Amino acid sequence: MANNTNTGNPDTFHKQKHKDEMIKQLITFVLMIVFTIIAFVVVLTGMDKFFAIPLLLLLAVVQVGFQFYYFMHMKDKGHEMPSLMIYGGIGAAIVTVLALTLIIWW
Amino acid sequence: MSNAATQNKGFAAVLWDYLTTVDHKKIGKLYLYAGGLFFLLGGLEAMIIRIQLIKPENNFISAGLYNEMITMHGTTMIFLAAMPLLLGLMNAIMPLQIGARDVAFPFLNSLGFWMFLFGGIMLNVSWFTGGAPDSGWTAYAPLSTQSPGHGVDYYVMGLQLSGAGTLMGGINFLVTIVNMRAPGMTYMRMPLFTWTTFVVSILILFAFPALTVGLFLLMFDRMFGAAFFDVALGGNSIIWQHLFWIFGHPEVYILILPAFGLFSDIFSTFSKKRLFGYTAMVFATILIAFLGFMVWAHHMFTVGMGPVANSIFAIATMAIAVPTGIKIFNWLLTLWGGSITINSAMLWSLGFIPSFTLGGMTGVMVAAAVADYQYHDTYFVVAHFHYVIVGGVVFGILAGLHYWWPKIFGRILHEGMGKLTFWTFFIGFHLTFFIQHFLGLMGMPRRYWVFLEDQGLDTGNLISTIGAFFMAFGVIVFLINAIYTAVKGEKAPADPWDGRTLEWAISSPPPHYNFKQLPLVRGLDPLWIEKMEGKGKMTPAEPLGDIHMPNGSIIPFVMSLGFFIASFGFIYQTNYDIAYIFLFGGMAIGLGSMLVRSLKDDHGYHITKEELEREAD
Repeated sequence: MANNTNTGNPDTFHKQKHKDEMIKQLITFVLMIVFTIIAFVVVLTGMDKFFAIPLLLLLAVVQVGFQFYYFMHMKDKGHEMPSLMIYGGIGAAIVTVLALTLIIWW
Repeated sequence: MSNAATQNKGFAAVLWDYLTTVDHKKIGKLYLYAGGLFFLLGGLEAMIIRIQLIKPENNFISAGLYNEMITMHGTTMIFLAAMPLLLGLMNAIMPLQIGARDVAFPFLNSLGFWMFLFGGIMLNVSWFTGGAPDSGWTAYAPLSTQSPGHGVDYYVMGLQLSGAGTLMGGINFLVTIVNMRAPGMTYMRMPLFTWTTFVVSILILFAFPALTVGLFLLMFDRMFGAAFFDVALGGNSIIWQHLFWIFGHPEVYILILPAFGLFSDIFSTFSKKRLFGYTAMVFATILIAFLGFMVWAHHMFTVGMGPVANSIFAIATMAIAVPTGIKIFNWLLTLWGGSITINSAMLWSLGFIPSFTLGGMTGVMVAAAVADYQYHDTYFVVAHFHYVIVGGVVFGILAGLHYWWPKIFGRILHEGMGKLTFWTFFIGFHLTFFIQHFLGLMGMPRRYWVFLEDQGLDTGNLISTIGAFFMAFGVIVFLINAIYTAVKGEKAPADPWDGRTLEWAISSPPPHYNFKQLPLVRGLDPLWIEKMEGKGKMTPAEPLGDIHMPNGSIIPFVMSLGFFIASFGFIYQTNYDIAYIFLFGGMAIGLGSMLVRSLKDDHGYHITKEELEREAD
């Protein structure tokens, strides 16, 4: 993953890989902006709540996924431990919130 | 360079060395010194509490001061003594056990220590500025939001600082263990102390943010007129209890798990046997950590959460007894049939098993929600948690100190004094706290300044106070032992205990780069494997080469000092406008240091191959 600045080495394979990676990053970035615009449009146009809230949540989840997997490179190899930690943390947080909302009445 | 470090350097040079050090072994020592100092302070507070309770309606200290004593005793012992002492052991030993040259982020390590130390000083400054915090170590709202004066403000800012330091330490250990294990050191070959350090770091990472959030809410309530906990303005004071215990329960596992780890190492070393049920031990550790997050509300059974919540949390709590039981039996079976050496480290470990098991048994008792209505806020609970925290954590720290003292300080603690410490402390501990179970069952409430005579509480309290003096005596003997050892103690060889793990493969104390060549690990207890196969020392996993080392830096100290000053600004801006100078000035120093750190490239230095070759093995 180290950004190789060693330009004296014409490693076409890695060059192509970096290029692909950059394109993926750009696509994800554009998609994130589009999603954000959609979210604003949904709220501005005053859509029905039953439709708007799930849509916003869905967009949020996808954006978090992009954040984790593309910008934080969790899709790449060697990220098993960070994934485990992140999902472990999310799990602990969800259980806590569930307990607070479902079985504790204040 | 490393040899010169031990030769007559001036005091100022040594001081500067420690202020700027990023070496995990020196930071470990700093944690031990600072934690030890706070342990003595907390112990002094405990003695004052026990003297106040020596007889009915005693007048040794005033009621208000008593409240400050119990608050500061609890807070100091948990946050400023037990945790840093354990972090010190982890810092000094864990990188050696995995065969690393340092932790992953040496700068962050140093910053974590200074943040902790300034947080601890912050808390204790309150004694001299009109009263320490007095709302209990749990600082329940609304007691804490309405406590007059600035005591609780010091609690908030002090814990915020030291909590940030601990969080940094946890993240640092995680990255170190994930990334810096020596070749061949797979996860399932790590010594148990390293495993527990790893799991504890996860707990720190997930639990401390809850405390941070709670403290911020309390800070805004007290200093900026918010009303998160003010029921009259639509707040909810129970939220504090939830946030505090979502942090607080994992916190007790943060304390006990490292002790479990080092006991496992000690039992296995002094029984000359591989740890019984290694895999089960690892998974029991992970299971305890996992369950530790699901049980916080068992501290709140009497709040009125309703029967469903109480039952679920009661059962989840009892489930923790299962992995803990697995551990106890595995330790016993490690001892079984072993060739056992009994020295001070081993005495503490052997004393730990029955003491901690008693604490665990009362733990199941207080976990029964229905019965807890009877125990809650009585001395029964006080006895319970002192059995687990003293009988588990303090015994663990002392066992670890006796075991690793040669590795950390290069000298072996005096055995005779070590045994005297153990026996006086052990007897004193049971004398102090065993009787408190019965005081609690007879109805003596926690945190009360005085008790009335002829209620059957007189003798019990007297015995308890006498026990406390025994414990104090044991601690004093340990101090004398430490000083004696530093002056004329026996110089330690690399491997004084016939050890099994990697830290015993290098000299005591280790050179500042730890391993000249990273060792090749061929299984669990790597050094023992080499010994059994007749080689006796580790095979290098790499050719001798330059070693890259980080430069020391004063920035962590300055940064922490900045936030320390800013904390005073936050506390006193409610009274005096001039405090804003401290607030903004301190923040400027802190953030400025961050900026300097970000902008200035520091690539460290290399110890060259030639230099390494010149140093004798």
